[in-house]
Amino acid sequence: MFRPRIIPVLTLKGRGLVKTVRFGKGKARYIGDPINAVRLFNEFAAEELIILDITASIEKRCIDHELVKIIGEEAYMPFTVGGGISDISQIRSLLRAGAEKVVINTACFKVPELVAEASELFGRQSIVAAVDIKKDFFHRNWIYVSDGTKKIKTGVEEYIRSLEEMGAGELFINSIDRDGTMAGYDYELVKSISAWVSIPVIACGGAGNLGDLRKVTMEANASAAGAGSIFIFHGNRDGVLINYPEKHELSGIFEFSE
Amino acid sequence: MIAIIDYGMGNLHSVYKAFLRIGAKAEITSSPTGIEKYDKIVLPGVGDFKRGMINLQSAGFVEAIKNRLLDNNVHLLGICLGMQLLTTFSEEGGMSGLNLIKARTLHFRSLGISPSLKVPHMGWNEITYKSDEYIFSGCRDKSYYFVHSYAVICDNSENVLCRTEYGTTFDSGIKSGNITGLQFHPEKSHKDGLKILKNFACI
Repeated sequence: MFRPRIIPVLTLKGRGLVKTVRFGKGKARYIGDPINAVRLFNEFAAEELIILDITASIEKRCIDHELVKIIGEEAYMPFTVGGGISDISQIRSLLRAGAEKVVINTACFKVPELVAEASELFGRQSIVAAVDIKKDFFHRNWIYVSDGTKKIKTGVEEYIRSLEEMGAGELFINSIDRDGTMAGYDYELVKSISAWVSIPVIACGGAGNLGDLRKVTMEANASAAGAGSIFIFHGNRDGVLINYPEKHELSGIFEFSE
Repeated sequence: MIAIIDYGMGNLHSVYKAFLRIGAKAEITSSPTGIEKYDKIVLPGVGDFKRGMINLQSAGFVEAIKNRLLDNNVHLLGICLGMQLLTTFSEEGGMSGLNLIKARTLHFRSLGISPSLKVPHMGWNEITYKSDEYIFSGCRDKSYYFVHSYAVICDNSENVLCRTEYGTTFDSGIKSGNITGLQFHPEKSHKDGLKILKNFACI
């Protein structure tokens, strides 16, 4: 039986692991050393990891290559990295450092040819296009780039469809409003986006419990459930405790009668 | 000694690391010169079939590998793109493969899978196989990590090592004599994946 993926999403500020709420980087809570987290996720047999440098873009740099190399040495599972990626040579060196895939966010908007070129050179399956979305006062969805600081005018559907056309192998959809709240994913948003594309969609932002992971994949049709807070905190953001469901818990989430 | 072939198609790092973890002696090699010193060859790879065949050809690996495999004590393991290259033909690039195993590599959409199923097939899925397949001995879990848009269908059932369902039934593992191919990534499939690599290393 094909089973959706459950992917811890780790956010970095430079070389330190942090966790935000609604992308509020000023109040980002320091979590610890990312390598330590990778080692723990190895122990838990996490099936994949996504590691994103969330200030790289606005600081006009790329995720730290040396750090990615160390992660590459340590990680047992396939891992995806992103943060400020804007050219082919950065992608090449990150993949060489051991990353399975790279996430391109702001550059999808600023340098659209990059996605096409990268998927041609490295294969579609290595290129993940990320989109951060926030609702306005009237509950309309808008895309934000540059680490969630700049709203763009392009409609969500038009933009998402163009990403697939450009050659992205996967989409990473992040709800800015739900980030860090553990109040559930934006299921409606995920479901509509999943219907617009034929490539896998990783949903992120809002997971509060295992039931949310099930709902976003089985009901909102995400191919994978990405989550930060639930794998980093104990209970309701009380203490830091890196965790991941056990194998039987994972199969339990997706069990359903044939 | 295991040779991991570097023909410019990636995926080397994780394969090499995995063999190190299980304590097997492995080397990455980008030239067919000296291929005689290896009794096991791993052909990894992710990406484009056409580019893969062209790279193998221009590096001189095609003849070198075929010749090396004439010795039945030499074993080859193809992983992901590496497995697809063993086949007769791929729709990706409309190109001929090594034709070491009579099979076709076709896009999932050509296999008629439901449009609601996403391509690439990316994630954990189960394999089914005959209980006496050596390469899977000691493996308890049947789930492995897949990431591919094209799938292989063997011409003859005797070359089918294992099968997987994803909107259709495709051959997730193929075999012929001293050649084995796996569509999924054993090096990314945790304990049982490593067991498969260990079984290969110990043939």
